[in-house]
Amino acid sequence: MTSEETADRIERRREGLSHWKWLTGVWLILTAIIEPVIYFLIWPHLPPGNMTSSARGAQFDMMVLTMIAAPVMVAVLAYFAYALIVFRHPKGRPLVDGPPLRGNLRVQTAWITITSAIVMGAFVFGTYELIVPAGAGGAEGPSPIWTPASHTELPVQVIGQQWIWTYRYPTFGGFETTQLMLPNNTEIAFHVTSLDVIHSFWAYQLGVKADANPGVDDVAFTQTNQLGRITVRCSELCGIWHGAMYGYGEVVSPSAFETWAKAMERRLAPATRLLPPFAWTYTPSANGAGGGYYPQTDPYYDKTLYDQGRSGPEGNLPALRVEKSQRVG
Amino acid sequence: MPKAARLALALGIFVVAVALAVIGAMAYLRSNPPNVDYAAGHQSGQPVHLTIQTVGQIGFGAHPSWVSYLALAPDGRWVHSTLWQLPAHTLVDVTVYEYDTGGPLRNQVFGSVSGVIGDDYVLNGKPVRLLDSNSGNGVAHTFSVPALGINVPLWGVPSSAKNICAHAPCSFSSVHNVITFSFRTPGPGQYHWQCLIPCGAGFLDGNGGPMQSIGYMGGFLKVVDA
Repeated sequence: MTSEETADRIERRREGLSHWKWLTGVWLILTAIIEPVIYFLIWPHLPPGNMTSSARGAQFDMMVLTMIAAPVMVAVLAYFAYALIVFRHPKGRPLVDGPPLRGNLRVQTAWITITSAIVMGAFVFGTYELIVPAGAGGAEGPSPIWTPASHTELPVQVIGQQWIWTYRYPTFGGFETTQLMLPNNTEIAFHVTSLDVIHSFWAYQLGVKADANPGVDDVAFTQTNQLGRITVRCSELCGIWHGAMYGYGEVVSPSAFETWAKAMERRLAPATRLLPPFAWTYTPSANGAGGGYYPQTDPYYDKTLYDQGRSGPEGNLPALRVEKSQRVG
Repeated sequence: MPKAARLALALGIFVVAVALAVIGAMAYLRSNPPNVDYAAGHQSGQPVHLTIQTVGQIGFGAHPSWVSYLALAPDGRWVHSTLWQLPAHTLVDVTVYEYDTGGPLRNQVFGSVSGVIGDDYVLNGKPVRLLDSNSGNGVAHTFSVPALGINVPLWGVPSSAKNICAHAPCSFSSVHNVITFSFRTPGPGQYHWQCLIPCGAGFLDGNGGPMQSIGYMGGFLKVVDA
């Protein structure tokens, strides 16, 4: 190597170090700005809110992942902008390629180490958060890995059927209703099942999402810690009216919940007696249609309507007319 | 004509043909089933009378064996449609002529009447709040509007009857039940309603076919400003 080549190499290395210093400086400044913005300003507004322990957990996870991702994004964008400005090819000068990265052990080692650390960190953090702190609000099947320490949770059975959700409260006589009402500051155990196809119970503000499989008791835990309205949607395509399978619920004070539940238990007692005994799963008949019963046992039997074929019980209704296009034959 | 011009002309004709086909298909889909309009000409403060019937098989059209609802239009025609336009904030007096056989409910909770005025209805002259579908004729269908909390189970007719209607619109000479109830429409919007009985016989879980088709066992209450 000649002395000229050595001098050129040293000069290029000095230039390279200078670029790195600039880039690192810009990256550090931008990261120092964006990280507090995420922590203090964006975190409280990240979905799904903090209405329950699982929602708060999901919000925290999103904050951590956003804070990990933000410096990476800043680095990419800063390098992009820096390259556009500094490495711009001046008109009239010969095009010279930069130093090759291949064989550059320091760059390769740094790249593999940093990216592996980020991915492995996200993997360990995600796995821990999924299982350990609060069950993450996801369903854990009939034998949950994580269970709350209190063991005093309120069980609420969620039953999916095309295309509506119903809820059973086993600790209040097992009444069933289309209203989802929950007490505040209470550990809730959702037992999710289905009477027909696969649905998915997604209570957005609660941070709870659980598949509803027929014949399966899918358990998800959460603890309520804020009053408010809940939106429930089905998040598994379950037929043409899947989009209409939504409803609303509410987290109320424990005393209001107690009052509501006891009133519902009393009011719905006749209907509850017709329900199957409470179970974690049900095996419904394949099809409710068919009949097979006889008017002798019919409490609503009306001889006029059933047997005589008279021209209608209410004389003031309009006469039945058949539209021509609807006739057959 | 130059080759490029011929190509452009052919392309233009193709685009116009595709556009016409799409517009035609959309127009057909939007017009079928038709909208039964109870809001037009409605006088404010007056109730709307909605008369409907449920039949075990429609007897005509593309799916003659399917269960279905029909509505009596204001001009006195029975219309095969489940899209009913109603005025907002108005009392709706509903009369249902139920012509289908029934059976046990998959979920007995839908044997309860809810969301209608007084939380009960009149079935063949008797007030009813709850139907036991495991006895008698069972429940044939429900009229349920989940967003409004409305659920009205419709008692079935005896399957042993000799005069079961097999072709809609059914007349009073066929065995039937008469159900009356009232509800109040909310503000403007489209409210999906459906039958919650899996009555699509022959389909998976009874929930295919008519259960998934507008015009048969589900539709919309199109509530509009009066």
